[in-house]
Amino acid sequence: MKRLKNRKANDFRTITLEVGVVPNADGSAKFGFGKTIAIAAVYGPRKVYPKWKQRSDRALLNCVYSMVPFSTTDRCRPGPSRRSTEIGKVITDALAPAIFLEEYPKSVIDVYIDVIQADSGTRTAALNAASMALADAGISMRGLVASIAAGKIGKEYALDLEGKEEDASACDIPVAYMPTNKKITLLQMDGDLPVKDVVNIINLNIKACEKIYEKQRQALKARWDK
Amino acid sequence: MASKKEEIENRKLILPGEEIISSIDYLPGRNCFREGNSIYSKKLGIIHVTNRVISVIPLSGAYIPKAGDMVIGEVSDIQSNGWIIDIKAGHDAYLPLSGVREFIDTNKTDLSRVYAVGDVIYAKINSASGDSIQLSMQDTRARKFVSGRLAKISSAKVPRLIGKEGSMIKLVKDRCKCRINVGQNGLIWFEGEDEEKAIKIFKMTEEEAQKDGLTDKISKI
Amino acid sequence: MNRLDKEYITNMSSKGTRMDGRKLDEFRKIMIEKKPIEKAEGSARVKLGKTDVIVGVKMGIGTPFPDRPDEGVLMTGAELAPLAYSKFETGPPRADAIELARVVDRGIRESGAIDTKKLCIEKGEKVWMVSVDIQIINFDGNLIDAASLAAVTALWDARLPTYDKKTDTIDYEKKTTKKLPVKSKPVAVTIIKIGDNLLVDPNLKEEETMDCRLTVTTKDDGNLCALQKGGISGLSVEEIQKAFEISVKRGKEIRKKI
Repeated sequence: MKRLKNRKANDFRTITLEVGVVPNADGSAKFGFGKTIAIAAVYGPRKVYPKWKQRSDRALLNCVYSMVPFSTTDRCRPGPSRRSTEIGKVITDALAPAIFLEEYPKSVIDVYIDVIQADSGTRTAALNAASMALADAGISMRGLVASIAAGKIGKEYALDLEGKEEDASACDIPVAYMPTNKKITLLQMDGDLPVKDVVNIINLNIKACEKIYEKQRQALKARWDK
Repeated sequence: MASKKEEIENRKLILPGEEIISSIDYLPGRNCFREGNSIYSKKLGIIHVTNRVISVIPLSGAYIPKAGDMVIGEVSDIQSNGWIIDIKAGHDAYLPLSGVREFIDTNKTDLSRVYAVGDVIYAKINSASGDSIQLSMQDTRARKFVSGRLAKISSAKVPRLIGKEGSMIKLVKDRCKCRINVGQNGLIWFEGEDEEKAIKIFKMTEEEAQKDGLTDKISKI
Repeated sequence: MNRLDKEYITNMSSKGTRMDGRKLDEFRKIMIEKKPIEKAEGSARVKLGKTDVIVGVKMGIGTPFPDRPDEGVLMTGAELAPLAYSKFETGPPRADAIELARVVDRGIRESGAIDTKKLCIEKGEKVWMVSVDIQIINFDGNLIDAASLAAVTALWDARLPTYDKKTDTIDYEKKTTKKLPVKSKPVAVTIIKIGDNLLVDPNLKEEETMDCRLTVTTKDDGNLCALQKGGISGLSVEEIQKAFEISVKRGKEIRKKI
């Protein structure tokens, strides 16, 4: 089976990035893989409500992932779902290693991510946007986080699955990666595939993450280097 | 990913996690960290080297309160022994009775007669840690503003607006014939003849703090 | 709202000007983007100054209301997303989000902007359901006018998806060139009162200083079709009439942009 739009195994969709898209936020960014677009806004470090939840040794990180009702093919009801709650948690765990949380005790860093158009790869777009938004917010970080997913269609690996490709793929493996210290901070899998393939896909994702990281850097720098 | 850096590019724009230098001859200062032999940036900002200390000056981000800073804030609530002050940071600050110059007998005086909700004050941060920010009006510069206007810039741009030993802010005061007080939290109080010019300058500083030639641009307005 | 900003805004308005240099009856810079969300049946993004709103239109098939068996159903929802402003919270829509959705909806419904009778597929059984969802990206005052403008633009821009009657399935990927049965372009204009002055299109600080507000929605023919007063002070009849005048005038100008 051929990929959509004649994409090759390790072609990802056209990426769009924009920093500072929500002026009210401490930091914000928009990131898109083709039609999939996510907007992330960071507020913090700030007060924890309720107070008893705060930690005296470090900040709490609260990433909230939401899909906007008109983002999907069939309208999705507003409000959290089990899926969006899980994704929020997985994104929080993917970004926490990148942040010097110990610098902000008794505070919370809120990261709100709204997916305004969904065409597969929403959690990876959300992560890419959130990572840039955190840097834009001046939060102390060990490095940026880049993310992408891949699968296998027929005999070929397929990077950055798009729309219907997800159904044709034997698996969906999203990865988040910090190029500055070479650590993987998010890894999930849906599918049925031998170990060798999974390892290959992870490496395919990592190479792509390095390219995405370059684009994130350029977008952040472009904001200031006019 | 990072190639071994031999030389520091002072005043270069750097991102979190990017390597500044691979050398043990330097110390990581503000917003930097060392790993192995290299020093990396923690934030999006400009590299700054003084003697053997490398720091990164952030370009954006919320104000992080520091003891000793003068800040401008709004009274948002009054409690039995002090006032809650909104300093436009992640946490509200607190001005206790003990921080006020005059002696106040709470049995006789309603605290709102000293500072009421909505009042704007210039105060000093006595202590700041975690979620506790304590203010004081004991500093000679501290006061309540009864007239004038407020503007806001990113707290990251405040050092640029003030300038080396206050040189930039003095220039702005002279050119606009305004009295100006700048809070480290980014809030600015001003009052005088050419307030519109002052606003233009604040906006310009916000947009071009990281570039060269800002002083010249401002002199030419 | 702090004392200094409040005094400044109030003084300025009695002199006929505002913080950003606008006249009292002037709108901020209006930016309209059509089809920012290609996948949706219709969409529009509107910026009024820094207020930034995206509205998406989705269509589905459902059963009509029993008292209107031959009419399609219009539903409007709004989310004051915490992404847009530090004081917006997560959770189900509260009164202000609900008011926003209902005021925008009222303008569309009462002006007859959509001919819902033309959305009937099978009387009493199947009709088109049109969902208008308002998403805030950045809040700097006057969400009602921004959302209303985006909603009407999105409805006018919308195209029906392909519907196969035999299999009763919708193919969203195949959009038709058929527009929604749109008939008019209602425009909401919000006016606030500060002291004795009326100001159009308030930004956030002006909204925080206001005594009260009145949203006036006008139709293409200059008739009023929806009104909503908010805020805790009162308005005189003269002030209300003045507000009507301003709304009709500004409404005409804005309508041309849709």
